[in-house]
Amino acid sequence: MSAPPTQPPVSARPGSWTGRVREAAVGALPPEKLLPEGQPTYVASWIYVFGVASLASLAVIIGSGTILALKGPAWWHFTGVGHFFNSVHLWAVELFFFVMVVHLWGKYWMAAWRGGRARVWVTGAVTFLVAVPCALTGYVSQQNFDAQWISTQAKDAMNGTGIGAFFNLTNFGQMYSYHVLLLPVAVIALVVAHVLLVRRHGVVPPLPLEKR
Amino acid sequence: MFSELHVAVMGAVFNLNHPAHVIEWHFIKLSVANVVVIGLMLAVFALAILAPFPGAASRNAARRSGDGR
Repeated sequence: MSAPPTQPPVSARPGSWTGRVREAAVGALPPEKLLPEGQPTYVASWIYVFGVASLASLAVIIGSGTILALKGPAWWHFTGVGHFFNSVHLWAVELFFFVMVVHLWGKYWMAAWRGGRARVWVTGAVTFLVAVPCALTGYVSQQNFDAQWISTQAKDAMNGTGIGAFFNLTNFGQMYSYHVLLLPVAVIALVVAHVLLVRRHGVVPPLPLEKR
Repeated sequence: MFSELHVAVMGAVFNLNHPAHVIEWHFIKLSVANVVVIGLMLAVFALAILAPFPGAASRNAARRSGDGR
């Protein structure tokens, strides 16, 4: 009769980097924190509806932008369906900024950086700052006279700041790359980090009432 | 796809065939369209703060009775 198989010794720390990454991820965001079933009562506020509306409009932006990138300028300029998706993309961006700024104002006046939530606030605010050039490079990527007018008007401001040498608004290929790849990747990464940090630290509680 | 009639009707709502109207105040120069959007954002922000959230009364009652989270 052979001896029963023995369990391998449990080490205090995983030997492989995948194990260490898993433990760090689960330690920072256990499943019940990542996907909670409830939130405190103070989360029932319109300000968070605007945060979710920002995520929803970002999804529409990415979806409509992907279709526009697949079909190309001739399609979005000269066909009815192309016009439709072009307009969906534009108005989703308008809505994104509208609702994101309302969310940002609300969180500013709630002092949302309290309680060790500085990174939550900073990722949200930087998302807004990165989204601005992400949207503006879209204006110069249209492939029409509007894009030519905007790029030639705005290039002097860019040159005045000194970044014109490596950020040339009249260079369509460069602006299109910034618009459809580099800046959207940055915005999405920041939004993912923002949401995960909200999950990790929880929504900031209301400001305490002043004692009189 | 829109017919020419539809395009003409929609185009008649806002005549965009002119330079933008602007509001100037000292060094501040804003197009009327942007001022309207900023005004709408401020109004929506005020509503977001002041308007009661659906179900707020029942949640507050539950919290006061010690049943809230």
